[in-house]
Amino acid sequence: MSKFKKRKKGIPAVNTAALPDIVFMLLFFFMVTTTMRETSLQIDTPALPSATEVKKLEHKSLVSTIYIGKAKDEKYGVGYNKIQLNDKIASSDQVPAFIINARTKVSDAEVPFMTTSIKADKQSSVGTIIDIRLKLRDVNALKVSYSTNTGSDIK
Amino acid sequence: MARRETPEINAGSMADIAFLLLIFFLVTTTMNVDSGISKKLSEKPPADYVPPVIKEKNIFEVNINRNNELLVEGERMNVKELKDAAVKFIDNGGGEGKIEDGVSTGPCDYCKGERSINSSDHPNKAIISVQSDRGTDYGTYIIVQNELLKAYTDLRNRLSQERYRMSFTELEKAYSDDKNNEELKKKVEDIKLAYPQIISDAEPTSAN
Repeated sequence: MSKFKKRKKGIPAVNTAALPDIVFMLLFFFMVTTTMRETSLQIDTPALPSATEVKKLEHKSLVSTIYIGKAKDEKYGVGYNKIQLNDKIASSDQVPAFIINARTKVSDAEVPFMTTSIKADKQSSVGTIIDIRLKLRDVNALKVSYSTNTGSDIK
Repeated sequence: MARRETPEINAGSMADIAFLLLIFFLVTTTMNVDSGISKKLSEKPPADYVPPVIKEKNIFEVNINRNNELLVEGERMNVKELKDAAVKFIDNGGGEGKIEDGVSTGPCDYCKGERSINSSDHPNKAIISVQSDRGTDYGTYIIVQNELLKAYTDLRNRLSQERYRMSFTELEKAYSDDKNNEELKKKVEDIKLAYPQIISDAEPTSAN
């Protein structure tokens, strides 16, 4: 009997001492994988079009992004054709400088693999895209990716 | 009473703090990979460049006007029909292929089209020309590009299934997982060469 009693008394509580460790491990994982947005958007987050034939963009460091959409600040005017380079609203004339600046950050061997990702709103007009495309061609930045969501837009 | 004599630092709320931080990072983490329709622009032509003469029948003309309506080969079309029309055009195979390095690629023996003499000669000669208005919505433009790419994907999948018993999508995936596999590389290039994507953007019509 005495043996039985002893055991009952000694039922241990579930040990939660390792719980913080587990949580911390998860925490560090997310801390390391988190990428904070490096540029603050001066335009409303573009409503990207959807497409099915998409390719993933690899090598983030070789991608420079151009945003097109509606300016948050009304002093730039309304309409969905404002271009944002880095963190300023710009015009298409500044695209070559933007690309050349991006090139200085990578080694010469990697320059041909650089991609320009165009994140444009569905309601932007093709004219703006074409202006940018012509400028990109001028500086020989020929790889372009039109950023889209995956899915289908056809009703 | 023995417990009170040796008080420990209360670590019970440690987990709460860690959880709070965890949830913050969970919410702010964006793991989405940027994806999109990739396109290679043509190089800037030299000033004295004379464009080659291309037969009318080898060009598939797609016009998008400023009201986002489609005009394909002179006829109005719904975007849903575009893919099939493009497949029909590319896969026609009505004549001889283009001459590469002095070697003629000959007629298209894998095409399953109508072999009409009024449509494209060979997939490697078939050019899809997209002309849009400056005022066209970007969304519509992307839909059209996507439909045209779908046409190529369909054809490539079909051919790949016939030749290698797997779809082109699978083939490409297998290759991207194993970049050093020469055999896979050859297969991918072979299919790509059989149905090269030739989608050109014509000068836009201007909007005022």
